[in-house]
Amino acid sequence: MSFLKINNLSVDYKMRKETVYAAKNVNFEVNKGEILGLVGESGSGKSTVGNAIINLIDEPGQVSSGSVILGDLNIHENSESIIKYRGNKIGLIFQDPQTSLNPILTVGEQLIETIQTHLNLNKEEAKNKSINLLKEVGIKDAEKRFNDYPHQFSGGMRQRVVISLALCCEPELLIADEPTTALDVSIQSQILDLIKKLTKERNLAVILITHDMGVIAETANRVAVMKSGNLVEIGETKKILTTPQQSYTKSLVSSVPPTNKKILRFVIVEKDNKNKGNNIKILNRWTKKEITNQDLVQVKNLNKSFDDNFFTENSKNSVLAVNNVSFEIKEGESFGLVGESGSGKSTIAKMIVNLFKPSSGDIFFDNTCITKIKNRSELMKFRKQIQMIFQDPYSSLNGRLKVKDIIAEPITLHNPSISNSDLNNYVDDLLDSVEMSQKSADRYPHEFSGGQRQRISIARALATQPRLLVCDEPTSALDVSIQAQILNLLKDLQEQLNLTILFISHDLPVVRQMCDRIGVLKDGKLCEVSNTEDLFLNPTHEYTKELLHLMPKIESIYN
Amino acid sequence: MLVVAFVSFSLFNFVGDPINNMVGEETSDEERAELRETLGLMDPIHVQFSRFVINASKGEFGISYQLRRPVSELIVERLPATIELVVISALIALVTGTLLGVYTGINRKGFLSDFVLAISLLGVSLPTFVIGILFIYLFAVILGVLPSFGRGEVVDIGFWTTGFLTISGLKAIILPSVTLSLFQMTYIIRLVRAEMMEILQTDYIKFARARGISEDSIKYKHALKNGLIPVITIAGINIGTLIAFSIITETVFQWPGMGFLFIQAVQFVDIPIMSAYLVFIAFVFVMINFIVDILYYFIDPRIRVKGDVASG
Repeated sequence: MSFLKINNLSVDYKMRKETVYAAKNVNFEVNKGEILGLVGESGSGKSTVGNAIINLIDEPGQVSSGSVILGDLNIHENSESIIKYRGNKIGLIFQDPQTSLNPILTVGEQLIETIQTHLNLNKEEAKNKSINLLKEVGIKDAEKRFNDYPHQFSGGMRQRVVISLALCCEPELLIADEPTTALDVSIQSQILDLIKKLTKERNLAVILITHDMGVIAETANRVAVMKSGNLVEIGETKKILTTPQQSYTKSLVSSVPPTNKKILRFVIVEKDNKNKGNNIKILNRWTKKEITNQDLVQVKNLNKSFDDNFFTENSKNSVLAVNNVSFEIKEGESFGLVGESGSGKSTIAKMIVNLFKPSSGDIFFDNTCITKIKNRSELMKFRKQIQMIFQDPYSSLNGRLKVKDIIAEPITLHNPSISNSDLNNYVDDLLDSVEMSQKSADRYPHEFSGGQRQRISIARALATQPRLLVCDEPTSALDVSIQAQILNLLKDLQEQLNLTILFISHDLPVVRQMCDRIGVLKDGKLCEVSNTEDLFLNPTHEYTKELLHLMPKIESIYN
Repeated sequence: MLVVAFVSFSLFNFVGDPINNMVGEETSDEERAELRETLGLMDPIHVQFSRFVINASKGEFGISYQLRRPVSELIVERLPATIELVVISALIALVTGTLLGVYTGINRKGFLSDFVLAISLLGVSLPTFVIGILFIYLFAVILGVLPSFGRGEVVDIGFWTTGFLTISGLKAIILPSVTLSLFQMTYIIRLVRAEMMEILQTDYIKFARARGISEDSIKYKHALKNGLIPVITIAGINIGTLIAFSIITETVFQWPGMGFLFIQAVQFVDIPIMSAYLVFIAFVFVMINFIVDILYYFIDPRIRVKGDVASG
């Protein structure tokens, strides 16, 4: 007899014209002491199911049918009854610890209020219980920190506080909605260990909602795969990840970048394999650079500090975001920069494309020092050769311009005399090269999905025929299957156009697939630079070893 | 403050010849020059200005041309009336504004919410004097329940004269204070409403719901407390504005406060009163902003402990 039983659960959103099903006839069960992974891409309805269990669906959505049986209680009997079970029987953890705590109440106040809502304890008892809870989730000096406000905790600590809040009334079911997505790898593994430990100790039933297959492989006992509101497949984690039955699961699993080996291309199962990319028309226009094995970019003793205070430069308040970093990128290679948030990787990228001025140090491009150029037209020559692709495809395209104009803008900027028909052909060729139809030229960015927008970003970057492409986390806002397509595209383009790529990411498996050489950053310092395979097989620096050890591995399922 | 002081000082000096205003037609040129000397009007500008600032900081603004009494005395006499009016209307605006704002923020679709919002639109768009005259017409002329002008009977307690202790004084303050508060109230309603609606969408409210915290606690403890932070900023600025607006209201209701004094001063080109009023208003604005900044410290913990985020 399983502890949680979900029968035919449906959630729909009644719109003016039609009813949209966010979840349709979902059935699954969870046992005590078990972690069920709920995976799927964005929009698959996985979070909806999590919220529907405690009937916390935003208007105009509603749970339209189905039952949720917890132990022997039907908790969806009526809409009022569920409120009793929230926090009491069922705890919920949200994705972003930065926003899920009330900023103006102390951690203690929030804990005590929650405890007193459900348990019959006086203030003193509630306080003792809270402090014990904080200790249990691994917060040091719990007595002192009890009176702190949420903003005084770091991201990982806050998520621990959130967990303690979710567990404070001893629920038997814990729903964790992307609990580690906003956190760095090292903190992610701590939080996942904590959840695993608590599951065992308290004999919890846990639903872990995530899009990260590595996390699933390392924590979940069973997995349920969702696609557009339907439950596609459910079973033992090992079985689902190694021998998936449904084609959707197959393509999902094959899109995940493996951590233990380098593959040439991602296998894309579902999509139409038209073998595009072989005839890139843009090649006719491209003045291809020979691969010379020379250094294209040299970064020498680069420093960048950000000051808190405008008046006191170089004061002790200033933050050294980049600290004496030197490396070279060879013509035609892919160089990866990896590191956790705040390690300075994006700052370096912005200095290379000349959006930030370095505090000291030089950047050489093609043996010319670009940090010292004052002349505007000189600078334009280099800008043309270095282009950037940003992380967020939603904010990096101007929503008021047509795709055509977005791509044409850099062309006309560097070649003002181009004729209109030539320009249109050029834009079409560029769209073609990123595997977008020419019809999309007359549409606006908001009509496209995240992956398509990122393709438009790439087309825009290619418009000036750059030699160096700086990609700042180009796929971290995308689903795995889309990520696989974009990464394939970048690989193809690089091969055919002899592009040099600086690839910045926090995602080690992705970097392994994309890069020839990798530099590891920590707190603004470069720890280690080496060939990709050497780095993954024989890391020399302690920090690299730690990162590799902590990274969630989908292959761990075989062990 | 110094800038405002300079502006009002310039008013004092360059708008007409003060001597002309002070003395009669038949005063001789010698007498005028003598008076000029005793008043220090022949000194260089910067000496005059520093004397003005020093005197102003002691509360001395010279002698009113029209009433022939020290300005400071006049202001002290009129101050209680204005302060009482402003405090009462600020309270009305804050309390009703917040209450209605919370109500309309939570019950977004009710008939009452729509009604309140429609009325508040009127409050923003109608000028204060129109509302004041409408009120007088309705309550004083037609219904005859409330007095249309003046403060009623006042009780003198030493340095302060108050209208709070007599029934006629209390009656007299209702119309002007409501009139004055309407404009601010509508602002606060809309602000609180927008804040509440935004905050009720945030993750921490959702998380509080998921923990089973009662709806009342979510609305009034978790959401309202966060929502009041911007309200305090706006309210702080607006109390200053209330004093400025009180000129019109006081004139409409013949309220014997500072605004009324100012209007009369304008009519008679009574420069000392005008400059003193300017300096006084600037002083109030600065003080209120200072108090608001201190209030922040108590309300928002994120300001209180800046820069000691513990590492984890």
